[in-house]
Parts: sequence; C-alpha cells; structure tokens
Amino acid sequence: MSQPPFTIEQFYKYLTEGKLMAGRCHNCGKIHLPPRPLCDNCFHQEFEWTEISGKGKLATFTVIHIAPQQFQAMAPYAVGIVELENGLKLPGMILGVAPEQLKIGMDLTIDFGTCSTAQAWPQWPRYCFKPV
Amino acid sequence: MKGKPLVSIISAGLSKFGKHEGLYARELFADAVKEALDRCPRLDPKNDIEAMFVGHMGEAYEHQGHMGAAAADWAGLLNIPATRTEAACASSGAALRSGIYAVLSGLADVVLVGGVEKMTHRTTAEVTEYLAMASDYPFEQWHGITFPGLYALMAKAHMHRYGTTEAQLATVAVKNHYHGTLNPKAQMQKEITVETVLASRVVASPLKLYDCSLITDGASCAILTKPELAARFTDQPVHIIGSGQASDTIGLYERQSLTSLLAAKLAAKTAYDMAQITPEDIDVAEVHDCFTSAEIIAYEDLGFCPKGTGGKLVESGETRLGGRLPVNTSGGLKAKGHPVGATGTAQAYEIYLQLTGQADRRQVKDAKTGLTHNVGGSGATAAVHIYRSDQQ
Ligand SMILES: CC(C)(COP(=O)(O)OP(=O)(O)OC[C@H]1O[C@@H](n2cnc3c(N)ncnc32)[C@H](O)[C@@H]1OP(=O)(O)O)[C@@H](O)C(=O)NCCC(=O)NCCS
Ligand SMILES: [Zn+2]
Repeated sequence: MSQPPFTIEQFYKYLTEGKLMAGRCHNCGKIHLPPRPLCDNCFHQEFEWTEISGKGKLATFTVIHIAPQQFQAMAPYAVGIVELENGLKLPGMILGVAPEQLKIGMDLTIDFGTCSTAQAWPQWPRYCFKPV
Repeated sequence: MKGKPLVSIISAGLSKFGKHEGLYARELFADAVKEALDRCPRLDPKNDIEAMFVGHMGEAYEHQGHMGAAAADWAGLLNIPATRTEAACASSGAALRSGIYAVLSGLADVVLVGGVEKMTHRTTAEVTEYLAMASDYPFEQWHGITFPGLYALMAKAHMHRYGTTEAQLATVAVKNHYHGTLNPKAQMQKEITVETVLASRVVASPLKLYDCSLITDGASCAILTKPELAARFTDQPVHIIGSGQASDTIGLYERQSLTSLLAAKLAAKTAYDMAQITPEDIDVAEVHDCFTSAEIIAYEDLGFCPKGTGGKLVESGETRLGGRLPVNTSGGLKAKGHPVGATGTAQAYEIYLQLTGQADRRQVKDAKTGLTHNVGGSGATAAVHIYRSDQQ
C-alpha cells in the first residue's frame, strides 16, 4: 500500500483536512512530528502515517510585541509550545486566551485554521491552539 | 601544563561596534583586518596568510551573498581560498572552528578567521524578519515566532521551573552595560539600573528592551597559526587549547529541554576534555548573551554553577568585573553589540586582549585561561573555545 510522502507539505495537507498526522518508523516505532524522510533514531526509511491527538498542555509561552512585517498587524500576539498527549511538542499561536490568563500547564487543543495567504509558496494553513 | 595547544592566535582585530552609516560590510571587515595586521608587524599578509574563513549570516541586509570572496577582496587578501561560514549568530564561531580544521589539516600554516554583519541601515521589522530566517521556517517563522520570541519561550520555562526572576535577568543587563562603559568599542556607553530594565517596554514577554542584544554593524577577526610557528610572528601568542562545536534540532520545539542548550553543553564538554581543565579553571569568559536569560542559561550549560542557579550566580556579583569569574567584560552582545556574523570572533578578540594584558580598564588581573561560548539560532549550533596564554 503506497502512502503519501512523508513531507512537511503533506503534513500541512492533512491539516487542511482537519487531521494532525505524524510519521511512524516501521523499524523502531519512533513517531516523528513533523514527519521526516530518514528516521533520526535508526536511519530506516519506511514509515506509516498515524493520526495523533491535538490536545495537550502549554509547556511555555510568550507574548510577542515586536513582530516581523507580516505579523505586525496582529501584535501583540501569544505563541507557545504545546506538549501533546503523546509527549511530542508543537509550537503555534495561541488564540482565544487573554495574555494574563495564559499559564504553563493549561489545557489547549489544536484548531486546524485556514490558509489565507496571497503568496505562491507556501500554501500552508496556519493552525493555532485554543482553550479546550 | 594542561591541554596541548591546537593552534595559536598571533593577532586579532575588531571594528568599532555601533551604527556605521554609509559603510558596506566588506569595508567594515577591512577595518578589523587592518587592526590585526597593525598589531602583528612581523606578519607579511600577502605571503603568510594562506586561507580565510568569514562568518556572515544574511545576504538580505545588503543584498550581498558570497561574503568569503567579497571580504578577502576588500581586505587585500585576493586569491587565497576564502570561504563564508554560516551558522546564524554562531557564523564566526564556526569560522574559528574551520580555521582550526585548516591549520590542523596541514593545508595552511596561517589562516585568517573572522566575521561581519551590517544591520543598522534596515528597519527593526526587517531585521526581525531576517534574523528569524535562522529559525525553523515551517513551524516557527510561519507561526510568527521571532528570535526574541524563541529565547522568551526558554526564559519563561526557566523562570517557571527554577524560580529565576525578571530582576535576575535585569542584573545581567546592568552588569554588561557597566562593562560596556569600559570598552571604547562598545555600542552602548551608559550604565543602567535594574529599574531601567524592568520599566522598559516588552519585546517578547518576559523579555523587555533592555533584556535584548543590540542591532549592530561590526566586524572582527583573528589570525591563527601552528603553535610551533607562533614565535615567528609574535612574543605574545594566545593558544587555543580546546575547541568544541555541536548542533541540535533546528526547531526549539523538538528539544527535550527548554531550559538548557544541549549543543552548548556538548561543545563545552568536548572543549573542556580537550583542554583537560574544568570550569573552575576559567579566569574570564565571553558568553552568548543575545538575551539576558541566555547568559544565565550559559552559566549553567558551561558548568559555572549548578543547573537552575544561574540567576543567583549573576546576583552574587561573581561574574562582574572584580568577581571570581568575570563574564562578558567586553559588554557582551547586550552592550558591546551583536553584529551577528561577527560575534564569535569578536568574543575571541576580547579573550585575546584579556590574556595578553591589553584589556585596559576592564583587564581581569592575572587572566591566563579564557573561554568563548557562541550560539547560533535558538541553539541549533554552539561553538565553545578555550584559550590559554603563556604569560606568567
Ligand atoms: C530590542 C529591539 C527590538 C529594539 O528595537 P526598536 O524597538 O526598533 O528600538 P529603536 O532602534 O527604535 O531604539 C529606540 C531606543 O532604544 C535603544 N535601544 C534599542 N535597542 C536596545 C537594546 N537592545 N537595549 C537597550 N537599548 C536599546 C536605542 O538606542 C534607542 O535609544 P535612543 O532613543 O536613546 O536613541 C531590537 O534591538 C532587537 O530586535 N534586538 C534583538 C536583536 C536580536 O534578536 N539579535 C539576534 C539574537 S540571537
Ligand atoms: Zn526508526
């Protein structure tokens, strides 16, 4: 059975379908989020896509006031690193929480977002994290 | 005698750090080279220098890539192999390491290593964007995470886990600003207080304006040779007795620890082992204080104090000039400035001055063993070097 390629592009394609997917190594079982073409544990090159939970806890966060040009209209905005239920981590913006309500350890869940970019590349959705 | 010298530094140079309106990066680089040549009259640059490595982070600033050749051209060192090294803010730490490879390989007896960045002609928004290019694009930049943002994520985690306070972070800035006032080449020339830092505007919480390093124009270089040839060029060589470089995941989010940099710990271990010394043997150090919290984490990663106690170490005053282990006597990235590609060899320049007794008002008494710690990105690269002088 042929699988879609284990690329960042494909990872984001799954996100547009509302699925958080990771690559699992056929040989050692390590789960890679995002997926990679070469297992960094055993150098194996065969994987399978596996859906993972988008729920997790906030591991750390910051509120960004000085932003790159593209994000200036949004500033200040919160970003964080979320530790998902399977222990893997994913960074992203945190929406729907007032900055003073942000707390390490709080429960968040992924929101698959949309892609609204004028540029030709990349066409990736901007997922974010929201309170449960 | 501990640790066999790998290579010897026979000279070094540094441009003034700050805003250089109207100067182009390669012109700044020539300025640093000029100082290094002036300091070393016995060196014949055309005949002796056989290779060059130049750290440079971004072609976006001046629309100029290919900095190895461009810098060699303007430094009057045409036709030798000249290669740009790029490892974000550790670009010239990587140049230094490459120079060591070159000398030890036997392919070159004398090598010039250095770095340069010209940044201040760009707006802060542009610089923020260019710097961010050294972080992971698909998962960090794409989601609006900036460089200060990445370090803020680590600072927040460190404060949460170890109780490090914003006042302790501020103390790093106060110390480095004080050191900067003793260094005529530093961009910032003013002392500040903890209150100044705490009252300054937020850049990426908990990091505020005065927790951040500066946007700077500057260049630096050092000239390396085989230890057995050093006496031909100078009576005051500084030997590099330990060199470590390591890498880590490009994305901060993939790391096991958010409160220390594994690459820095690994590079430090390699360098200490090679030098056959321990952290207690270090007399003076230049560490990568791109943000105040990064200096605190550097203390811990380098073994200057136990994990989690970096905040207390800076508070104790031991890392201030006059203390047990002065750190960032140059003013550091915080006050001397941070022209990203130039920073690694600018750190080596400061240690060179310290170990040859040329650091003037900021001289650390009897400094014999020094260390530099240069970090690229959010820690995907780190280079640690250990230096020793023969002086008694
Ligand atoms: C902190 C930062 C965003 C400030 O930029 P800014 O908001 O555009 O500030 P400005 O350049 O307009 O400067 C305003 C004033 O603050 C001062 N200032 C700027 N940056 C400063 C800093 N980091 N620390 C202390 N003072 C600073 C300026 O000298 C100026 O003072 P003046 O009004 O007396 O002349 C910018 O310096 C920065 O991005 N620093 C971090 C660089 C970085 O990330 N490097 C890579 C790290 S790995
Ligand atoms: Zn595997």
